[in-house]
Amino acid sequence: MIRLSIPLRQALARLSLPLMIAAAFGIMLLGKADALLAERLRTHLSDALSPIYAALAEPMSAVRSAVQELQDLTILREENARLREENERLRRWQASALALETENEMLRRQLNFLPEAAPAFVTARVVADGGGTYARAVLLATGPQHGLRKGQVALDERGFVGRITEVGSRSARVLLATDMNSRIPVTLESSRARAIMAGNNTTRPRLAHWPEGVIPVDGERIVTSAEAGAFPAGLPVGIVRLSSQGAPEVELFARLDRLDAVRLFDYGLRGIIPPEAVARPEPRPGRR
Amino acid sequence: MAMPPARRPQGRPAPAPGLLRRIDGFARLAFPGFSTAFLMILAATPINLPSPVFAVVLPCVGFWSVFRPGAMMPPVVFLLGLLMDLLTLAPLGSGVLVLLALHAAALRFRYFLVRQSFLAVWLCFCVAAFGAACFYWGLQSLLSIRLSPIAPALHAALLACGLYPAIALVLSRIHEAMLHAEVAP
Repeated sequence: MIRLSIPLRQALARLSLPLMIAAAFGIMLLGKADALLAERLRTHLSDALSPIYAALAEPMSAVRSAVQELQDLTILREENARLREENERLRRWQASALALETENEMLRRQLNFLPEAAPAFVTARVVADGGGTYARAVLLATGPQHGLRKGQVALDERGFVGRITEVGSRSARVLLATDMNSRIPVTLESSRARAIMAGNNTTRPRLAHWPEGVIPVDGERIVTSAEAGAFPAGLPVGIVRLSSQGAPEVELFARLDRLDAVRLFDYGLRGIIPPEAVARPEPRPGRR
Repeated sequence: MAMPPARRPQGRPAPAPGLLRRIDGFARLAFPGFSTAFLMILAATPINLPSPVFAVVLPCVGFWSVFRPGAMMPPVVFLLGLLMDLLTLAPLGSGVLVLLALHAAALRFRYFLVRQSFLAVWLCFCVAAFGAACFYWGLQSLLSIRLSPIAPALHAALLACGLYPAIALVLSRIHEAMLHAEVAP
């Protein structure tokens, strides 16, 4: 320590506060004059402090996860109650479904109903969309061993997608239900009325040709109809939505904008086969 | 200086050697500044909350300026303010000036404050904290030439008022212990 005389030391002590205030103003000016100075200093400081913060991060994250755990525990209780209630509800549904199934079975036995064979299907990956003659079509990567043929029905995990229009040896093209050339015979599920779902290159195909006296209701379910032998009856297609002009449109269950794989069902139906997109004769099986 | 020879015949232990004693004194002198800086760094830990650096530094500087101005000297306050400006994203110099103003106010009223009860000191601190927050906000708006919202500054002041009893409780214990250590030898 430097030995100073007492009056000098007192004077220094009294002077230090004004001096420091002046220095603060100086720092302010410096910070204004050199805007990068503060940034550089901050970077150096955080570089120096980062080990401390890194060491602190461990217990902090432990505390945070503990708090999260506690919150989860409080939520768990009400979620449990909700799930229990839902389980109860689903159990009732299951019971009614089982009862309906047995009743259905019994009625079919009494009626000598011809059961439909369970359809065989293959799943193919969508490799490209668009292209070809149609505006709304997707290309599937398939193999020759799949035995695809024109007119097979394509469904994604939610509902109807379209029909196969072209088959190559390693690819197949599916005409989507939204394409302008697509006409699908459908049934309005609650009124059992037949109609045609006509694509118009937008996301919602229009409904057309429903019988007189029936009005498609908003929210009504639409399924395929077996009319003309092109589709099996009852494949889920979509629900009716009224457009702003009041025209009934179909909101499809299938997510056509993000198809990645479709299931191709062979129902063995040889009704109306879509025409060749390109004037090209179908290869006869014997000539290959 | 005349005391140790007088005490030695009574069987008292010898006074600590010069170096240790000097280290002891220096530790007492440096504790307020270092502890405040450490608290500030802890408060600046990046978590998902608004940074409570301002709210932590105000009670510390206020307390030490009132009760131990010998250890909370203007240069120390200056460095703490600089650290605050660097830890937060405030314009350089604004925190320095605010802390120096708080220090000056505490020095001005310390003879009055030391004799008051804890509650009265707390109330005075609350007034000072709101003044400091408004000053800080004004300086920041002036230096960045942009009117920033005043609500965060008031929140920080409220937080400082709330933190003061907790911090002051610990600091007054430490201060008493220091006084004890200074009187004992």
